[in-house]
Amino acid sequence: MNGLLMNEKNVCGTVKERSRLAPQSVEMKYRDAYLTVIFTMGQTKEHARKVYQAMVRSRLLEMKFSSLYKAGQIVGGVYLGKGQEAVSASVGARLEPGKDIFAPLIRDQAGRTAFGEDMLDATRTYLGSAQGPMKARDGNIHRGRPSEGVVAMISHLGSSLSVVGGMLKAREIQGKLAGCVGATCIGDGATSTGSFHEGLNYVAVEKLPVVVVVANNQFAYSTPNSKQYACVDLIDRAQGYGVAGHSVDGTDMLACAETIAKAVDTARAGGGPQMVVAKLLRLGGHGEHDDGSYIPEEIRNSTYGRDCIEVGKQQLLEKGWLSEEELTEWQEAAKMEVQEAVKTAQKEAGPNPYNEDWSALAESRFKEAHT
Amino acid sequence: MSVTYIEAIREAQYKALETDERVFLYGQDIGEFGGAFKATKGLKEKWPDRVMDAPISEDAMIGMAVGAAIEGMRPVVEMQFADFSSVGFNQIVNNAATHYYRTGVPIPITVRMPSGGTPGSGPFHSQSIEAIYSHYPGCIVLTPATVSDAYHMLLEGIALDDPVIYCEHKLLYRWLKSDDFEGDGLPIGKARITRPGKHATVVAYSAMVHEAVRAAEMLQSEGWEIEVVDLRSVKPLDTDTVIASVARTGRLLAVGEAFPWGGVTAEIVSRVVKEAFHLLDAPPMRLNAKDTPIPYHPKLWAAHRPTPESISHALKELLAY
Repeated sequence: MNGLLMNEKNVCGTVKERSRLAPQSVEMKYRDAYLTVIFTMGQTKEHARKVYQAMVRSRLLEMKFSSLYKAGQIVGGVYLGKGQEAVSASVGARLEPGKDIFAPLIRDQAGRTAFGEDMLDATRTYLGSAQGPMKARDGNIHRGRPSEGVVAMISHLGSSLSVVGGMLKAREIQGKLAGCVGATCIGDGATSTGSFHEGLNYVAVEKLPVVVVVANNQFAYSTPNSKQYACVDLIDRAQGYGVAGHSVDGTDMLACAETIAKAVDTARAGGGPQMVVAKLLRLGGHGEHDDGSYIPEEIRNSTYGRDCIEVGKQQLLEKGWLSEEELTEWQEAAKMEVQEAVKTAQKEAGPNPYNEDWSALAESRFKEAHT
Repeated sequence: MSVTYIEAIREAQYKALETDERVFLYGQDIGEFGGAFKATKGLKEKWPDRVMDAPISEDAMIGMAVGAAIEGMRPVVEMQFADFSSVGFNQIVNNAATHYYRTGVPIPITVRMPSGGTPGSGPFHSQSIEAIYSHYPGCIVLTPATVSDAYHMLLEGIALDDPVIYCEHKLLYRWLKSDDFEGDGLPIGKARITRPGKHATVVAYSAMVHEAVRAAEMLQSEGWEIEVVDLRSVKPLDTDTVIASVARTGRLLAVGEAFPWGGVTAEIVSRVVKEAFHLLDAPPMRLNAKDTPIPYHPKLWAAHRPTPESISHALKELLAY
């Protein structure tokens, strides 16, 4: 990313400079125009390649999880992000590991990968290795490294939003907020929860640098949009919360990379909370146990039924930003990486219930032997 | 000079803010207004950046505190009434309370819960919900009954690395006074023998300690010496002190202001029966509030919860066995 006008280091490190270039008084439309100019002036290629490489790596990893699940090697659910990688990777790729905060949800392997997650974290968690970040106490996508900025999701949708807000608020109190962004991904179904409402209202009230990325994949498990919300488009809600809104076709990789980068950069520059609504289709069931047969054929055959990984490939090839040879190299390298990660996790011991510390408390002196 | 229970809570927060820059207060109307019960009066003035007003969003308030705790802060969240914590319930039991076990990252948050009934407060401003938070793994649940405990246990709770549910009884706020905050130095996890006796043990906590002492005083004239144990914290639960008391008296009555199904009193009886059945001279008894929503009218309210009269009545039954 060296030599880019607004590379990651630059974005995070020189807020003053950004403020000079895009003062608070500038109206949002001008700010958007300004950012678009910056964005297209040189970094699109590197950013898009970063996004796409994460998509490739996560797709191959998830295909492996699907196989392992079908072979009975994974206990519990497997939830994949097939069809949502462009959106997810665009979030993770625009955040800076070690500085920013990311709260992924169940279809964000691509975002996690782009944010720097080691494949071993995923394979160890799915395969129940005691060496995983959750020590086999929690599984599959319920993983994170909160001390490193990756929130470990709970299954109650929308609840990570206020957590991200609180992490940023803490940094504000500590005087460390400048240049930081917190992003969280959710689905259309999660926008119906009270937690989502309370969380989004909270970050809006506090004007925190939060980016909420809604992947509207049209079905929450099996429930269609028509039974989920009554507004014309979920983006209409942004205005109601007082946050900036960005719509994007979630199957169009370059559009995702650009739109989400803009949202992240605007939040980072002090533009307040940003809401992105990406329309797409989940290319599978809710989990690998579900065949998604309730998704009508006409939706599958619509634009949103496109596979973003194919779209992205064509876009990069057409622009000459990626060659077939290099793509093959990426794929081969990723396959090796997946194999290694699975091999390692499979060799590792699972948890030992006899040695398990059966205390939920950090203050171990309060551990009770009572059963 | 005397200090009240609510002043102890304010002073403990003052002390925590003063001595630990990781501490901040968050809640509805707690800033310039000083809180619905004035537990944070004047604190915003002194620490404008660390005493913050919240929107009416209990879920987001706890979620925010969890996030801040991940980043090394020690948030103290005021629920305006314990009853409203039901809206933040998910974030408390599923996010805050599971976090350390799942991720290894502790969540040192303190949630202040103005609990218990007062005359005229009705179904939604009177609840005692300590048992619910004790049921879930991962929380420490404190139920101070004295001014010094209110002060010291809040400070001690804020310093703990786990989510702390601090149940402060609203009836005690201004009624309960003490000469100072000085206590007996008992740490969290230790119950206190509030009143020694030899004929029966009443185990109580929070405001019910005072009702139990009144009941004991009523029975004194009849020659009964009733021991009153103040649990102080319901999780951890000091079973040893309870059993030691039952060993002296042979009779147990567990009293709580919460609803009767399950709960702290059931837990006490269950533990004593399992671990000290041979020490009992009579079947252990429980006395709780009635199994209805907490009624509004003072006459109904007074009959809904255990009182010195109903406690002494139960004790007579226990002693007659």
